[in-house]
Amino acid sequence: MPEPANITEMKAASPTKASEIMPFKSILAQHDLKLVRQATTTLQINLGFLCNQTCRHCHLNAGPGRTKENMDAQTLKAVVAYAQKCRFETVDITGGAPELNPLLPELIQQIAPWTPRIMLRSNLSALKEHMNRLMDVLTSQRVVIVASFPSLNLSQTDAQRGEGIFDESIAMLTALNARGYGCDGSGLELNLVSNPTGAFMPPNQEQIEKRYHQILEQKWGLTFNRLFNFANVPLGRFKRWLIQTGNYDAYLRKLVTAFNPCAIEGLMCRSQVSVSWDGYLYDCDFNLSRGLYMGGRKIHVCEMAGPPEPGSPIVTAEHCYTCAAGSGFT
Amino acid sequence: METYYKPEDLPKFEEIGKEAPELARKFFEYYNAVFAEGELSEREKALIALAVAHTVQCPYCIDAYTQACLEKGSNLAEMTEAVHVVTAIRGGASLVHGVQMRNIADKLSM
Repeated sequence: MPEPANITEMKAASPTKASEIMPFKSILAQHDLKLVRQATTTLQINLGFLCNQTCRHCHLNAGPGRTKENMDAQTLKAVVAYAQKCRFETVDITGGAPELNPLLPELIQQIAPWTPRIMLRSNLSALKEHMNRLMDVLTSQRVVIVASFPSLNLSQTDAQRGEGIFDESIAMLTALNARGYGCDGSGLELNLVSNPTGAFMPPNQEQIEKRYHQILEQKWGLTFNRLFNFANVPLGRFKRWLIQTGNYDAYLRKLVTAFNPCAIEGLMCRSQVSVSWDGYLYDCDFNLSRGLYMGGRKIHVCEMAGPPEPGSPIVTAEHCYTCAAGSGFT
Repeated sequence: METYYKPEDLPKFEEIGKEAPELARKFFEYYNAVFAEGELSEREKALIALAVAHTVQCPYCIDAYTQACLEKGSNLAEMTEAVHVVTAIRGGASLVHGVQMRNIADKLSM
């Protein structure tokens, strides 16, 4: 017997094609909601689109060929000055693979005095390649590592991220544990991020986190702090894959069906500003991928007098359904 | 090509409640309770459902529970093993009846 919950959801999802999907701002209006900024506490820095992997779910089309779009020293200086001015609670460094930007250690050291928490998003294999150059600065500045680890299964991981990535990820997690990352009492936080390895929604966060702890410990003796579980955003390479495989319409339907008005209040775009490799500002990394500037205006980080004003509107598009699906995206 | 099984029929399942709403309500309430997290996880229950779906050979159920298994965090290797479990039981159920065949043959034979 098919699952009734699925059936109810499918019935509720009236649009059959992506072109029939209600604009995100209309669904917000239908629920009497507005997506506006609150106090901005996180600065997300995208160091560039260069990456050693070409993941099939990447919303930025990052890869080894993206050698031009990477933050230079001048932009880095402007970003650090902005962080000094605003004193964000968290600085979240992402890419591409930020490890491939030679300025990463400099950025961490220069920005550390102005924020209590630095996070580095890593695909693990890039960190493995640059471990000798980076580990001392990461541990000395207590940088939180947020590592991609999509699945406990080799085939699923390699299908999403490339051949051999699962084994490299396990090796790097082992090396991080040996340095104290993810171990009780070390003060070195290691979090994992899991994305579905296809055109389906992610599992229940609490249940999958429990399972990851259990299996990683049991099979490889690995420990970590938290697991975050996110749906894939239909942009970039993932959107292309969805279209090529005939999954696009059905995937968008799933996202629309899973729209949760209660998730809007906690969306990350409300409390973060995302700065691109070239210094321009966006409401989030997904809007960066689409070229949708923060508040609809092209502003460079050096023009900013302070954090974005609370109450200012956030630019939305179809991909926003991803973050508003289920329990939301943080 | 015309077929009895059409994917677009799956969302019509709810319509089964039109002629007997109270029975449908009770059934779906029970169904949802069965699949909620309990002593078994939702993931484990979805794997059982996938295996049973293959036994009853219901295309709707195979479609629904393949998706459910993936969304609950199972992988293709686990799902394939689940299908082998029901295959073993199905095959074993035939084979074990060979004992009955042997008993009858023994009784009739010199």
